[in-house]
Amino acid sequence: MNTPTDHPTRRVSVIVNGTLFLREIECRKHLVDFLRDDCGMKGSHLGCEHGVCGACTVRLDGRIVRGCLVLAAMADGHSVETVETPAPSPRLRALQDAFIEHNALQCGYCTPGMLMAVLDLVERRPQANREQVREWISGNYCRCTGYHAIVDAVCAVLDQQRAGRFAANAVEARA
Amino acid sequence: MKSPVFDYVRATSPQHVFKLLERHGDDARLLAGGQTLLATLNLRLSSPALLIDIGGLAGLRGISVQGGMLRIGALTTHVEIEESSQVAQHAPLLAMAAPHIAHRAIRNLGTIGGTLAYADPAAEWPACVLALGGTLVLQSSRGERRLAADDFFLGIYSTAMAADELLVAVELPCTAQGERQTFDELARRRGDYAVAGLAACARVDAHGDACRLHDVRLAFLSLGDRPQRARQAEAVLQSGPLTEARILDADAALRAELDPFADLTHSAAAKKQLAATLMRRAIKALSAPPAA
Amino acid sequence: MNHPTELPTRRDLGAELPAVTEDQRHIGVAIPREGVRRLTQGRGQFVDDIELPRLAHVVFWRSPVAHMRITRIGRSAAAALPGVIAVVTGPEIAAVCKPWVATLAHLAGIKSAPQYPLAMERATWQGEPVVAVVAETRAIAEDALALLEIDWEDLPAVLDTRTALDPDTPLIHPELGDNLCFERKLDTGGVDEAFARADAVVFEETYVFGRHTGVTLEPRCQIADWNPGDERLTVHHSFQAPHMMQDLYCRQFDLQESQVRVLCRDVGGSFGIKVHAYPDDFATVALSILLRRPVKFVADRIESFTSDIHAREHHIKARIAATKSGEIIAFEIDDLTGIGPYSMFPRTSGIEGNQVVNLTGGPYRHKHYRAALKVVFQNKTPTCQYRGVGHPIACAVTEALVDGVAMKLGIDPIAFRLANVIPDDAYPATGASGIKLEVLSHEACLREARQVCDYEALRREQSELRKRGVFRGIGVAALIELTNPSAAFYGVGGARIASQDGATLRLEPSGVLTVMSSVGEQGQGAEAIFAQIAADAVGVAIDHVRVITGDTDATPYGGGTWASRGAGIGGEAVLRAGLVLRANILATAAVILQREAGGMRVMRGAIHDADSGERLLDLAELGRIAYFRSDTLPKTFTPELMVTRHYAQRDYPFIFTNGVQVSHVEVDTDTGFVRLLKHWAVEDCGRVINPMLVDEQMRGAIVQGIGGALFEECLYDTDGTLRNGNMADYLVPMAAEMPDIVVSHVQSPTKSSLLGAKGAGEAGTAGAPGAVMNAINDALSPFGARVSSQPITPEKILRALGKI
Repeated sequence: MNTPTDHPTRRVSVIVNGTLFLREIECRKHLVDFLRDDCGMKGSHLGCEHGVCGACTVRLDGRIVRGCLVLAAMADGHSVETVETPAPSPRLRALQDAFIEHNALQCGYCTPGMLMAVLDLVERRPQANREQVREWISGNYCRCTGYHAIVDAVCAVLDQQRAGRFAANAVEARA
Repeated sequence: MKSPVFDYVRATSPQHVFKLLERHGDDARLLAGGQTLLATLNLRLSSPALLIDIGGLAGLRGISVQGGMLRIGALTTHVEIEESSQVAQHAPLLAMAAPHIAHRAIRNLGTIGGTLAYADPAAEWPACVLALGGTLVLQSSRGERRLAADDFFLGIYSTAMAADELLVAVELPCTAQGERQTFDELARRRGDYAVAGLAACARVDAHGDACRLHDVRLAFLSLGDRPQRARQAEAVLQSGPLTEARILDADAALRAELDPFADLTHSAAAKKQLAATLMRRAIKALSAPPAA
Repeated sequence: MNHPTELPTRRDLGAELPAVTEDQRHIGVAIPREGVRRLTQGRGQFVDDIELPRLAHVVFWRSPVAHMRITRIGRSAAAALPGVIAVVTGPEIAAVCKPWVATLAHLAGIKSAPQYPLAMERATWQGEPVVAVVAETRAIAEDALALLEIDWEDLPAVLDTRTALDPDTPLIHPELGDNLCFERKLDTGGVDEAFARADAVVFEETYVFGRHTGVTLEPRCQIADWNPGDERLTVHHSFQAPHMMQDLYCRQFDLQESQVRVLCRDVGGSFGIKVHAYPDDFATVALSILLRRPVKFVADRIESFTSDIHAREHHIKARIAATKSGEIIAFEIDDLTGIGPYSMFPRTSGIEGNQVVNLTGGPYRHKHYRAALKVVFQNKTPTCQYRGVGHPIACAVTEALVDGVAMKLGIDPIAFRLANVIPDDAYPATGASGIKLEVLSHEACLREARQVCDYEALRREQSELRKRGVFRGIGVAALIELTNPSAAFYGVGGARIASQDGATLRLEPSGVLTVMSSVGEQGQGAEAIFAQIAADAVGVAIDHVRVITGDTDATPYGGGTWASRGAGIGGEAVLRAGLVLRANILATAAVILQREAGGMRVMRGAIHDADSGERLLDLAELGRIAYFRSDTLPKTFTPELMVTRHYAQRDYPFIFTNGVQVSHVEVDTDTGFVRLLKHWAVEDCGRVINPMLVDEQMRGAIVQGIGGALFEECLYDTDGTLRNGNMADYLVPMAAEMPDIVVSHVQSPTKSSLLGAKGAGEAGTAGAPGAVMNAINDALSPFGARVSSQPITPEKILRALGKI
């Protein structure tokens, strides 16, 4: 029976940005708090903690998820990627450059989550048009930019991709 | 907010789940995709003592077709449904509805079983399953039970599942010859809960100018405490050739039979207007000549 | 990646105006912000990222009801929970922190009641902090919250502005005598006569604006760190004005400025929400002092909705008179606005309404204007300045009236405006409300707007589509926006809020430049434009410039970022300091090289011969000699390679900017849903330092304005509790519904500074609600239907159409 003085914990083993982290954490801890508190990675941000704003978007086993809606315990034995990865893929680097080039960020708080979301789009929806880009990022709240520049940046990278920029490091477009 | 304290265990089999449910009863919650449960916990709207993670139950995954039925495992994610060629072929309604569910990141983890068991009246899958006349497959220590969708959704967040039952799959009749399906919802922002939505299907009989609808099923979401069939409007629509007069009659029948709840910014009258508009557009989509 | 200064194709507006420095290469150019690369790598330094030894976390028990008398606080169970450090109530905090009253002398008659960090006997709004729980982690603190036993007696609540001043409405603060915070009347005279003229055409309407809030993605947060060892308070704050808080902490806690350091590093969005002094800010500092350890407060999203300031709750009866020949002759408004139970500290909750009075009718030439304003207390979340501050409301009302009377006269909306705006050659001018306008460009902006949106084509298309039952609308809004405020804004009222700012520029031994500015960064690019200005002012490459802001220990004293003052005021200080540093560098070079300073130039990081261009001495070499080889310099000369200059705008109360926005919408008349097809903004913020940054400020501001126009409202229940205080039910604009936004620039520099830059941060929000509402009404005009209440929801459109 649950009493507030009893805090069940679990040992979890999670690969984060290529490094294995072995930690003992409270079962109730969500993935973002795990990344921030236990792995020392402050790049993923919390904006609402109820799964709506998208600031906490990270990759779990290659798929984007809301970090606040995943328990660290669920990620035990799995692999997580964030923009803090020491080995950003060519597509991620291109997106980071494009965001700067097009001024697609102002305060930067939504940016880590936004980049993970658009990286997923560039990999999976290479033919996306402007409207489809808007739809794809419709789960990532940005209060600063008004979204237009973000769409510009993503479309620029999609154009580069279609022109063969990433061909040398081709990643099979995931199904 | 941080969630209250709870314990966590990974279920290794359905039997393991039943044992845990028997031992902990109301103090335990099943954790599938977690996209609703974890938000609820983060908001401290509930405080279970134990979460039973059923994500590892392989038997609850997978999409298959057998004997004219499309069987979708309860742990199938919304994205898996969205991208499944079998679903596109045999239950296109689901493929049309899936992109409306929240956003990609949620759809990657959220499951159809979780959504059906939670029975939010604004969710898409319950209305789709109702429109298609699906069957919910339940398991418990007492064995398997099959419930028709018509009998499954009892009220807001309330289903006919017993407290010790596990939803393992949903079975949908494969699209029949001549059957058309359409889904649409009206939401203020992409991915929001719908203000009103409609999952519709019908068998379409088109000869030249005339068009006749049979087996019309209209399942609305977000109008009441559960997905609801508009049976009077259905009856009118399939009672004869689809003329403008019949559509007007169906519109009147719909407005008479619906008694929608208001929400934070839309009155019941507005919801009715939206429902009637969705129906008109669905009829148009169903009766349109098939795309190339 | 191309080096930014080597890209000649970058958009360059600098070439359109006379250069303000020698070899101007960065000012006016759309240079990307390399300084934010770290943010794309998740390497920001937001307050919640900071870890300190013995850091404790505070959460607040907040009143769940609109008005209550606290009868019992049972804290023993909460205090006994392992990991809980302290459970603290109002009187204990009040022992170390003084209460405050948020009034200013220049808002004649404004009144409010003393407010404490934590409620003392009564809580007067849902969300007011009452008890503080401090624990080792936030999770434990929240667990302890659930163990508090708090009893209260419900008190009647004031929740309707229309009855707030009725005699039988309970008084929130009996000692104040009524529920009126502030009132103002303005009358130029001649108003009744104007409306009564035989040739007058009158249009009247009542406008309602729903209260809404900022929803910064990073919630409000701070770490208060009182070090008893050296009796010094360090506050890490997600905030816009560090010196203002330094001053307030000194006065509320009886400390000296030398004891208080405020640091504002990365701020995850602010928009005015983070420029006010919140009770929980003071409570957190008090706790650090009481507990002698650092205490962190991070508002979660749910508590943000009831504790961040709200804004823009107005009910305005308005009318406009124009002659049959199409000349606007008078405006009149009667504005009733509802705030919280206290005026908000320190800028007061009277400013927003005051600006509605000052700015209504602003772009136009009329002479007759009457305005009445009442600002009333309510038991709802306190309100205060939020991006645009009154402008969005004044503009929406003005522009709707202008469209309304234009329609009655049968005159095209753009043509009508062109005929009635203050002409571009009529400046300086004074508006009917008394506002002083230095130089604006309404006509130029209207012409540009008409052209860039291809207005005639939009009208033709509208007409064609109407025949097919598709209803599109085009809405225009002309706006004015105050920027670069003088001390007339706050200082004259007694607020210790600086209207001056300073910049220190230091040439480092290696020849790179460090810039320290008292204006801060919240993402809008202040640091980037200061780098651009400094690079040109001194004569170095931009990647050799580093900007430091947001540290009261390190920067000059100043006002921070608000009222769109960063570029115009902060930038001017940087320019002035840079020009003096350039002169000092040349003086040093003259001594080193034994040549006349007048025959040399600083360019691209080196001293050059002014005539031949010959490169004479690198700045790195100059720095080496100046700092390390003073033995080689004559005793009569000391290099001064660090220069500080300050600047305050003192020519006008405000430097106004102007602009025009055009919104193109399609209204689904069966559902009431609105699709935003496109948006254009022509803006004039004087000299543009970086067009790309201004574009993004405009777009972000416009989308925020659209939020208030269509989506956002704090919806209160009849008992005064907020019904939609979460991200699913409070609708902020997301990408799929927002239009592409085309921004054009007109540059009418201000002569109040060398730089000539005005502000650009808020104009977008000022004009968007007016443009969108006008567009929707234009779309609905074939039905004779109008909407005048924001947010404009499908419900309101369906009702206007008579469909429900």
